[in-house]
Amino acid sequence: MKVCDIVEKLNLKVIGGSEGLQNEVVGGYTSDLLSDVMGNANEGQVWITLQTHRNVMAVASLKDVAAVIIVKGLEAEESTISQSNDEGIPLLSSDLETFELSGQLYELLQ
Amino acid sequence: MKLFKADFHIHTVLSPCGSLEMSPLGIIESAVKQGLDIIGITDHNTTHQCKEVVLVGEKKGITVLCGAEVTTREEVHCLTFFENFEKLEAFQKYLDEHLPNVPNDVDHFGHQVWVNEEEEILGQEDRLLISAIDQSIEEVERKVKSLDGLFIPAHVDKLRNSLYSQLGFMPFDLQPDAIGMSPNAKIDKELEKHPELNKLQLIRSSDAHQPDLIGSHYTVLELEKASFEEVKMALHKLNGRNVKRLV
Repeated sequence: MKVCDIVEKLNLKVIGGSEGLQNEVVGGYTSDLLSDVMGNANEGQVWITLQTHRNVMAVASLKDVAAVIIVKGLEAEESTISQSNDEGIPLLSSDLETFELSGQLYELLQ
Repeated sequence: MKLFKADFHIHTVLSPCGSLEMSPLGIIESAVKQGLDIIGITDHNTTHQCKEVVLVGEKKGITVLCGAEVTTREEVHCLTFFENFEKLEAFQKYLDEHLPNVPNDVDHFGHQVWVNEEEEILGQEDRLLISAIDQSIEEVERKVKSLDGLFIPAHVDKLRNSLYSQLGFMPFDLQPDAIGMSPNAKIDKELEKHPELNKLQLIRSSDAHQPDLIGSHYTVLELEKASFEEVKMALHKLNGRNVKRLV
């Protein structure tokens, strides 16, 4: 499955990094501690978080995740969006809460 | 130039997690006993207890730096300090605007009152002080600097509520006045893990929530006298002022 398929199926908004919409998705990771993501997320996963800080995109790039989804309709900071564009990693947004979104993504990837 | 012992990170009775014994008099008496010269009053997201501690400190020869331990939106704890009551008041206003309206549950979290030297209650904060304010770490830094204050990410070595736990690494454009280390920090290891810390001024403090921990860890500074301005110079190694040692 590609990031663009997930965007469509989970009704996500693309905020940045649309260059990477063809990235292949191999799984998901949900966490709001960037130190935890640095240690435990894997390449090709979609990362679900409520953090909106620019460091999110730097960690996303470091871990080579397929995309980042920000939950609860939270607004990403300007610097985060521009970093997403620079890195070419999609920054997506959902109005759902973390629990629901993670559940839907899990189901989709089964 | 003389050496001064400073414990920059102390909570009072006003913090929900602060012991009831952390009254202005209780804190200053412990500071005197521990031979401290300078203490920082840093309650969670509030500055209301500072002034009374200053008044008691003046009588007993302890210099009190006034500020707060702010919880940013990312849940990073940052120490802040201000040079006078006017700027402190302006920062309190900012905190009041940005602290979410979540009521404190006294039974669960404890009381949030500030008191005078006689331990009479002067006021109470009804909103839960350990919430995160709705401002990013950069926004907090900007506000503190606009008030000529000191901005110091607290206990960065800790696995929760620290800059590194929450944000993974130092944000590129952050320019802290210093970096706080917790009592348990293995500083050599931290410097190895985060090389950028070698370029920043480190301090260490007790993060005391009860009187017997005040001064259990501290920072030794070389200053002309104990004051906010002198501490600021020392953190930036200006005019011969310096940080000598972390204990």
